[in-house]
Amino acid sequence: MDDGSTRAYEAPQARFILHAPAPPAYANFIGRKVLRLLLTIQGIGAFTLITLAVVFTKLRNAREVTFPQIVRELSRSGVRMLPMFLFMSLALGLVVIGQAVSWLSRVNATGFLGSIMVLVVVRELGPLLTALLVLSRSGTANVIELGTSRALGEIEALEALGIDPIHYLVLPRVVGMALSVFSLTVYFIICSLVSGYLWAFLRDVPLQPGDYFRELAHSLTWLDFAILAVKSCLFGVAIAVITCYHGLAQPLRLEEVSRATVGAIAQSVIACVILDAIFVLVYLAI
Amino acid sequence: MDTAGEHPPIIEMHGVAVGALRDFQAVVLEGLSWKVHAGDFWVIAGMHNTGKSDLLAMTAGLMPPQGGTYHLFGNEMPIFEGHLLAERLRLGLVFDGGRLFHDLTVRQNIALPLQYHEKFPPAESARRVDAALQLMELTDWTESTPGNLGRNLQKRVGLARALVLQPEVLLLDNPLGGLDFRQSAWWLNLMDQLWKGHPFLEGRRVTLVATAEDLRPWRRHATHFALLQNKRFTFLGRESELSGNTDVLVKELLAEPPPGS
Repeated sequence: MDDGSTRAYEAPQARFILHAPAPPAYANFIGRKVLRLLLTIQGIGAFTLITLAVVFTKLRNAREVTFPQIVRELSRSGVRMLPMFLFMSLALGLVVIGQAVSWLSRVNATGFLGSIMVLVVVRELGPLLTALLVLSRSGTANVIELGTSRALGEIEALEALGIDPIHYLVLPRVVGMALSVFSLTVYFIICSLVSGYLWAFLRDVPLQPGDYFRELAHSLTWLDFAILAVKSCLFGVAIAVITCYHGLAQPLRLEEVSRATVGAIAQSVIACVILDAIFVLVYLAI
Repeated sequence: MDTAGEHPPIIEMHGVAVGALRDFQAVVLEGLSWKVHAGDFWVIAGMHNTGKSDLLAMTAGLMPPQGGTYHLFGNEMPIFEGHLLAERLRLGLVFDGGRLFHDLTVRQNIALPLQYHEKFPPAESARRVDAALQLMELTDWTESTPGNLGRNLQKRVGLARALVLQPEVLLLDNPLGGLDFRQSAWWLNLMDQLWKGHPFLEGRRVTLVATAEDLRPWRRHATHFALLQNKRFTFLGRESELSGNTDVLVKELLAEPPPGS
């Protein structure tokens, strides 16, 4: 009902392509796929811009309603996922880092330990795995919750009450998920590095804890911390925006919610990988 | 479809085409010209799928008209500007079935619009929510979620949620649909009280527009009647004029045998 209306990014004139019968020729099939891709990019792009506008202009509005929602999202996407993250980071530490430490010490290459750990865990695996785990648990819940609300007409009820659905439903998820992915990434990295050393210690690798953490500290730069923060927050924003888009953007029927969920998860994974690749280019450029 | 009145029209439509809320390509009503004045009590009848819900949704500003002009309190609809939101909130919409927020309790559902718009201090908001719960006889279900409520109670929560914003015009989508005789009587009694001025709204009269699939319960309550049929909005007149109407569908809706049968 205001600028954040869920109808602002719908393009019914163009969306007929999504429901048209199967094309007769293979070229048409490819063409339709390309058009669908472009429409999806257009829709998600428009939704992202609307969401960012609402985040920057309305963050402090109706705090009595939106702040508890942000806390709820932090709890759901962050605090309640900690046990799963601790388990996964322990597993990663044992399986990957422990083996890397063990092999590096065998070939007397522990001097590279810090660089490899920072490169693999801090820059790449930590943020990306965290994002994928949050996506698998909270992202799917987002699409199902919002898709069901949309199918049951609750979004129209919000609009009828003058409540901006983007402000009430999307903003808390974007803010909460960005902060959650960032926090979980930090916990994930710390726990992985510690558990990796523990695994190496159990294998009698001749490496003192002081040397191990000194190597890590020497390899980390301020840029790693800055990019880690930006990257993990952007992963959270991308997951929240794409899952909310698929839950809210199109008029859904209940039976279409599962299809929307599958599409949202696939596109979120692709978006995270593309973002990750962009940050690799940033690292290489710097 | 003009109904002369001493008040300026609250709702004024000229040549409006109404689209379907779930299908933007479809047009469910055409050439709709309609004026609602303060103090009117309209009942719009029609069979299933004749566009009653879509008409109310468009009237509430949930979608723009497909054609023609529509003014609400003198403002061209739909209203997108944030500073005109207060004007739009002078009109409330009660959906068929309530369309409650399934993850909120009954109390939270009713309190949400008050908290969101920060219209009153928290204590005053809580007092108004309590008053709404009492008015709707929902005090035993305040902490229940909508899934645990029957259809009648869900409708009441939907009505309470619309009333806490103290609208001047209330649109009700099929309020008596699926209710038994006793519950229908409760709703009609409350509609009468709201129309005449209820203490919950400080005695201020509410203009009512309701849709229905059966005209019989409304005959002694509403002031104006209309019919949706074949994508057309037809003004039937006042209560006294209903009996003389020869339209077959109107006879059916009044449960009278059609002429010649």
